[in-house]
Amino acid sequence: MATQNKMERLGGSTVASTRPSWWRRSQDSRTAYAYLLPAGIVMTIITLFPLLFQVWMSFTDYGLKNLRADSAPANFVGLQNYSDILTGNSIRANVPNFDFFRILFFNLWWAFSNVIFHVVLGVLIAVLLNVEGLWGKRFYRAVFILPVVIPPLIVGTVWKNIFDTDAGPINGLLRGIFGLFGVPGATFNIPWLENSAPDLGPLPLAYFALLTANIWLGWPLNSVVATGALQSIPKDLYEAATVDGATGSQQFFNITVPMLRTAMVPFAVFGFITTFNLFHLSYFMSQGGPFGKTELLVTQVFKIVNNGNPNYSIYGVAAAFSIYIFFILLILSLITNRIAKATAEAN
Amino acid sequence: MATIALPRVKKRVRVEMQASRRLPLGRQLLLQSICLFISFTVLFPILWVVSISLSPLSTSRPKDFIPAHPTLEAYGKILDHPTSNPVTFWELVFNSLKLAGGTAFFSVLVGVSAAYAFSRFKFRGRAGLMLAVLAVLMLPSVATLAPLFTFMNQVKVGEFNLRNSLWGVGLAITSGALPFAIWNLKGYLDTIPKDLEEAAAIDGASRNQIFMRVVLPLSTPALAVTALFGFIGGWTEFNFSWQFLTNPSDFTLAMALSSMSGQYARTTPWAQFSAFAILVAVPVAIVYLALQKYIVAGLTAGGVKS
Repeated sequence: MATQNKMERLGGSTVASTRPSWWRRSQDSRTAYAYLLPAGIVMTIITLFPLLFQVWMSFTDYGLKNLRADSAPANFVGLQNYSDILTGNSIRANVPNFDFFRILFFNLWWAFSNVIFHVVLGVLIAVLLNVEGLWGKRFYRAVFILPVVIPPLIVGTVWKNIFDTDAGPINGLLRGIFGLFGVPGATFNIPWLENSAPDLGPLPLAYFALLTANIWLGWPLNSVVATGALQSIPKDLYEAATVDGATGSQQFFNITVPMLRTAMVPFAVFGFITTFNLFHLSYFMSQGGPFGKTELLVTQVFKIVNNGNPNYSIYGVAAAFSIYIFFILLILSLITNRIAKATAEAN
Repeated sequence: MATIALPRVKKRVRVEMQASRRLPLGRQLLLQSICLFISFTVLFPILWVVSISLSPLSTSRPKDFIPAHPTLEAYGKILDHPTSNPVTFWELVFNSLKLAGGTAFFSVLVGVSAAYAFSRFKFRGRAGLMLAVLAVLMLPSVATLAPLFTFMNQVKVGEFNLRNSLWGVGLAITSGALPFAIWNLKGYLDTIPKDLEEAAAIDGASRNQIFMRVVLPLSTPALAVTALFGFIGGWTEFNFSWQFLTNPSDFTLAMALSSMSGQYARTTPWAQFSAFAILVAVPVAIVYLALQKYIVAGLTAGGVKS
């Protein structure tokens, strides 16, 4: 490769023992740029340019009508798409049940509620499996890793069937258990994913079905991380605490929890962002329903792009929506990074 | 693709204690019952899918947990002719393989030299460029769907439309996989001690030789894990494939599976869907389980933020 020959000639090293000369340092810079070049070219074409194109598109009425090579260019509409998304005005006619703020708040709550369960269950089960003398640890560790290795696409599509009203095993299980107490089976024809009638508070049943599936999916990886952190806690700490007469729960809250915090908080932050953008469960299990109540930002933007209305500016609106997503994630990452950093410093 | 921020977990070699401490039997039984209950909840969906996949196709929605007459009929149907489209199972596999393998290989190949530059050099614009990579990494792939679709749709050469081809989908996936590869590999390279490179430099090796002969061999596990992540992502990629591709001959496993599960899937027997889901999931699961140790190590190394 040509770049490699060039780098061969430029080849220097950063490891000079004394302070390197200006020439040496700038030579290093040039070598660095040569190493960056392949990725730089690729990312400029398939990432940077499309993102700039997205910014332009968000100010236009780009739609299916503009897709053909000989079609007229899209019209500039200013901030129309941005304000339409916030008010929902002309969007609701094309995208049923669209409500930006409802989706945003649900999305935040979705990520938050899931991560709490993931971290708490992950830590507790890691502690459980760390108990000395427990039989079958190897077996349990092997079983508990299984949800991690199954692709989310499969998890979403399979759990949709699991919560099926008539033939789904969740309702079947409920029928079986409560049948023992004489409750008629017809009580448990619960339309988990479709019906919004028996809402619990503001959240539809579908939310709880999604939550169940995602707890199943999410805690095992947290448990793996917590196990690693647990095993790095020095045993002398517990021994010293035992000598001082601390009980098991005192040891858990005064040694285990603080020692785990350094490892778990950054992972919880990672889990929050991952769950916030978790496409497959919402899209495949509940299809965002009922009435869009379990729609997430990422599934909503996918549906806008998929909208088949030829007279609607789906790409323009989707572009503006994506830019909102970008800024929301930016703010979230800034907040979560600050939390992670504060935890690291506190320890 | 999301920001990976796993903590660095120091692994301790666990010395198997020779039953130094015994758990009282009552406690042992209590903990065992909790563990068994958790195992049940974990295994329940998996066993359910397996059992459903063994029920006959004549029952559209099997209700029995253990099928009365287990049969491999559904697997035969899937391997023969999975969807209503004129495309065979192996064509779907081959398309998914091309996407997954291509994006994994390409993103690691292009990513590793950039990761090396970020890890070992101080240069003008380093912080800014790294921030740019992180910002792209933060974006979910759906948020770049619209521009990639319209942009690639304009690339037409005769009959060939980049958007409506596996090449286009592959490029779109790479746009998310590459920042991940760079970030993950940089994290790993940061953990390789510089001594070896210094020793090589003293022996007169050039930068390029150091990179090719010292750094690359040392980072093989990280390269493999990063490629594996790219592969798993591409194997079940849905958003871009679903949006871009219209020719049945280009369809992937993920697309076929989702068409069996979506709202138009009322006619697909569950046995058929379950068999398909298992056939898609099993290769990923096996690879994952076989390389579990390296994956966890690779991820934790890669997640360290500087």
